[in-house]
Parts: sequence; C-alpha cells; structure tokens
Amino acid sequence: MISDKAKEQIDAWIKKYPEGRQSSAVMEALKIVQAENANSLSAEAIQAVADYLDMPRIAVQEVATFYENYNHKPAGKHTIRICHNISCMLNGADNLIDYLEQKLGIRTGEVTKDGLINVKKVECLGACVGAPMFQIGDKYYENLTEKKIDEILATLK
Amino acid sequence: MNEVCFKNLNKEECHSLKVYRESGGYKVWHKILQGEITPEEIIDELKTSGLRGRGGAGFPTGLKWSFMPRQSDGQKYVVCNSDEGEPGTCKDRDILRYNPHAVIEGMAIGGFVMNASVGYNYIRGEFMEPFKRFEGALKEAYDAGLLGKNINGSSISFDLYTHLGAGAYICGEETALLESIEGKKGQPRFKPPFPANVGLFGKPTTINNTESFASVPEILANGGQRFADLGVENSGGCKLFSVSGHVAKPANFEIPMGTPFKDLLEMAGGMRKGGKLKAVIPGGSSTPVLTAEAAMAMTMDYDGIEVAGSMLGAGSVIVMDDSTCMVETLTRLAHFYYDESCGQCTPCREGTGWLYRVLKRMTDGDGVPEDIDLLLSVQDKIMGNTICALGDAAAMPVESFLRNFRSEFEYYIEHGRSMIKG
Ligand SMILES: Cc1cc2nc3c(=O)[nH]c(=O)nc-3n(C[C@H](O)[C@H](O)[C@H](O)COP(=O)(O)O)c2cc1C
Ligand code: SF4
Ligand code: FES
Repeated sequence: MISDKAKEQIDAWIKKYPEGRQSSAVMEALKIVQAENANSLSAEAIQAVADYLDMPRIAVQEVATFYENYNHKPAGKHTIRICHNISCMLNGADNLIDYLEQKLGIRTGEVTKDGLINVKKVECLGACVGAPMFQIGDKYYENLTEKKIDEILATLK
Repeated sequence: MNEVCFKNLNKEECHSLKVYRESGGYKVWHKILQGEITPEEIIDELKTSGLRGRGGAGFPTGLKWSFMPRQSDGQKYVVCNSDEGEPGTCKDRDILRYNPHAVIEGMAIGGFVMNASVGYNYIRGEFMEPFKRFEGALKEAYDAGLLGKNINGSSISFDLYTHLGAGAYICGEETALLESIEGKKGQPRFKPPFPANVGLFGKPTTINNTESFASVPEILANGGQRFADLGVENSGGCKLFSVSGHVAKPANFEIPMGTPFKDLLEMAGGMRKGGKLKAVIPGGSSTPVLTAEAAMAMTMDYDGIEVAGSMLGAGSVIVMDDSTCMVETLTRLAHFYYDESCGQCTPCREGTGWLYRVLKRMTDGDGVPEDIDLLLSVQDKIMGNTICALGDAAAMPVESFLRNFRSEFEYYIEHGRSMIKG
C-alpha cells in the first residue's frame, strides 16, 4: 500500500519531530499516500498509514476527515480548487465557477468523464489581492479571466 | 513605504541569503552568537518598539516573550503561525516568498530570548510555493552555519523545521495549530493553561505570526525607538495591509501605522472603474464592516480603526463598491464560518449553522421579517460563549452588517430579491 519511495518521504518528515512523536507526520503521510493512490484515501490507505506510524486507526481517520485537503471518493487527475470567498466573490468568482462548470460539463464536486478534472469550491486561499484565483496541484493561478481559464485548461493533460 | 518586511522587495532575488545579508540581515543574530546582547535587552527593545502581534489579536510581542519561563529546565519551543486563512489576508504568503530569511532570523532570535532550541514554522498546506521558498532559505541558513547545534562554536543551538497544514482555517488559532503539529484534529484547547506553560508536546511554547517574527530583526538592528517612531502612539512601526476587492490595483502595502485610509485607497489605485465606495472591512472577514463614511475618516492603526468602529485584525482591507449586495456578501461569510467551525462548542457549532441557514433562506427569497431579530439573537448567544475566538469572528460581521446596512436586509426579505442586483 505504501511504496518504498513514499516511506522514504514520510521518514524525512518523522525526523523533524522529537523521538516517539512520529504521529506528527500523519498529515504529510496521508498526503503522500493519497498522491500515490489516484488522489483519494481508501480505508486500506488509512489503515496502512496508521500501521506505519504506529497510531490507532481511528486517530488517523479523524485527521483524514477533519482536514479539507483529503479526498474520500475518486477525484480527477487534476483538481481545480477555486476560491469563492469574499475577495474572489467581489471579483466575479461565481461567474467563473459557472463558466468552468459549463465548459467542463460537470458541477462542482463531480469529475469529468475522462477522469481528468474535478472542480472544488474552496475557502480563501490567501491570495486575495490576485482575485479571482484557483489552485491546481501546487500552483496558484491569479487574476483569472475566462480567456485565461481556457488557456490553463488546454494545458491539462 | 516598504521599510521593514518588504524592504528588499524591489531587488532581484530578494529572497536570497545574499540580498538579505547585503541589507544588514543576520547582523543581530551574529551579535547574539558572539554574546553581545542579552535576552533582557532584546525584550526591552521590543517593548520600546511597540510591536504588536500581527496575527490578529495585537498582543504586544515583547510582553509575550517575557512570559516564557526561560530559566526552567527542559525543552521549549517557538512556533511561527503561517497558516494565513482569514478571508482577505494574503501578506504572510508574500513575506515567505520574498523575505523568508527575516522570518528565520526573527524565529532564531525568539529561540535565543526564550531559551528554546527548536522552532516550527506552520505553513498552510496550500502554500506550496512559499513553502519551497522557505525550505530553500532554511537550507541556505544551515549551509551558512547560521542554524544548528552550538552555532559558530557558541553555546546557542537552534533547529528550525517546517510543518504543513492540510486545509483548516481553525488551525490558525494558536492552540489548534499546536494540536495540528501533534498530528491531531485542529481543535482549540481550553485555556488556561496557556501555551507559555503547556504548549507544543506539553512544553512551554510561544506562537507568533509570520509578520511579527519578520519584523524583529529590523527592530533590533535599528533600535526599538526608530520602529516606534515609524508609527503612532499605541501602534508602533509599519504594517502590511492587503488591499483587495473593488480597487483598481489590489496589492499588499507596507505602510506606517496611522496612515489615513484614504491614502491607502489611493495607493491601491482608488476604486475600480465606475465604482463608488460603499463599505470597507478593515481587518479581515472577522472584523466589523464599516460604511464608506466611517472608513474615509479612519486612520490605519489599532486605535484609529477602533474609533471608526472596527478592528485592525490582520490588516486585511476588503473594499466594496456600490454594486455589492451586502446580504449576499454576509451570506458567503456566514457559510465560511459554518464550514470552518471545529464543532467543539455548542454555541459556535449550532449558532454558525443557524446564521447560515437563516441568511441562505433570505437570499433564496424566503426570508421573513422576524429573521433580522433572529440573526441578532443568535449572534448575541455566540459572542463571548465559546472556547476560541472563531465564535466571535462569526458573530461580529452579522451585527455590523445589520447595523450599517439594515435596509438592504429588510428589502431582501420584503421583495425576495436583492436591492442592489435586482
Ligand atoms: C479562528 C482563528 C484563526 C486565526 N488564524 C490566524 C492565522 O491564520 N495567522 C495568525 O498569525 N494568527 C491567527 N490567529 C491568531 C492566533 O491565535 C494567535 O493569536 C497569533 O498567531 C499570535 O501571534 P501574534 O501575537 O504574533 O499575532 C487566529 C485566531 C483565530 C481565533
Ligand atoms: S468557538 Fe467554534 S471553532 Fe472555536 S473551539 Fe468552539 S466550536 Fe471550535
Ligand atoms: S478570498 Fe479568494 S483568495 Fe482570499
């Protein structure tokens, strides 16, 4: 369930915390395992992280459901996380969400038929002076317009 | 403008160790390593500087640092709060991207003052670009022998690590943040005990905001008095203000405390085309909204904003023009707090749900006249009755939106549609 490469990455996080505090690495461990398993966390994945960090399964489950960055149902290869909070809303985020839904033929929360993209409405991503904005993977895209969105979507493979 | 955290902003590679050092960076740290400054002197300078916590609560940083039991045995920690999630706030992201070494030096100095040999910088999970920048700067600092054990042969050790969040606004609350570093759900702790006594992993801990730490090296390099003089009474120094919303040129501005709001608005290019100023939230979504009139008379410092009827908060200035429907705006904020409540206390968990549902019903066109009193009574039941300040943060906008823009709510209820958007 957890590859050697993932274990190596998790171990690097564990080293940051005091002896016996490996559970501090649980948030990153879950992200690493999620990235390896089609962007979502199954019950087995959660169990595997619990075993690896020597934590009760329920403790890992709680973390996996409390934080927003974890998926529990299949996600697209790319998740577009579009901010709909106040500064983005004032700058037309709602129209852009409509535009994305129309263009991709899905509602927020759904995945395109080819499994490539899903769209998620999220709260303020801390880039309000670049509103409206969204995040794909590690990258922020700011000052979005419909034209810019077209260009960005064309690069998603 | 741009004299403290942003002072290198216009230089090439402003985030690099080289540029930071050329502008006097790590000089204070070197003096400390050579035993030329005592913790007491640093605390005195910070008190003189008037630096107040930039994370939202505005607590004097020098005083906070003096609370740590530095003489006690055992591990102690300093923690930097880079969780930046308050709607409207986006300054710490730029500090991490453009001046990461100031955060590192500020945290190292904090470690020395409070006798804490380990620090964590908690960076929100979505900030991967700032995270990589900060990691790069950490590596530079380690490679240059500025961090680690017995640095430069001194008796001083300081190790600094990053911790990434995973998407939860509540983790910005300092005790929720500590829970999160411990690998748990981010639920705020009961206080007391305060983190200075029982903090991270049960050890004495001080938590400060990114901008607070990043201001420290500059204060100590040039003296607390100089920093104090940049600002006004009760609000020392410069502060970063994120100006967003309906302005022509939204951006972060580092300006002296006490600057008139109208000057700040001008720096942001004024209102965007065709718009007329209607309302301003001066300190982030959790602070009360102001009318245009109140905002235009306000100065940007702790007291000035309080006199105007709001709070400086994190310095997140959200500007709204006359095309803004206040009912729909408040509904969006209410949804945010409802979504982000950690669910631990009943008034917050149930109250934020009520606020959102009543407002949603209103914007769906099904509001009834009693809804206004209902909103006011629900927000009143939350205020002051919760473990952490998220409850108050959810309540305050409701009261101020209704007080300042009541007729829009009444119109929405009566006509089932927005007075502004039709
Ligand atoms: C719901 C909530 C969210 C918060 N979010 C942040 C945040 O993102 N960043 C921050 O520095 N402080 C945040 N705070 C304030 C912290 O609890 C704490 O006061 C601050 O980090 C202390 O640092 P300072 O004294 O340097 O401001 C938040 C508080 C609450 C109640
Ligand atoms: S006030 Fe809200 S967010 Fe804070 S502890 Fe209580 S339920 Fe959690
Ligand atoms: S409101 Fe959208 S990034 Fe802050």
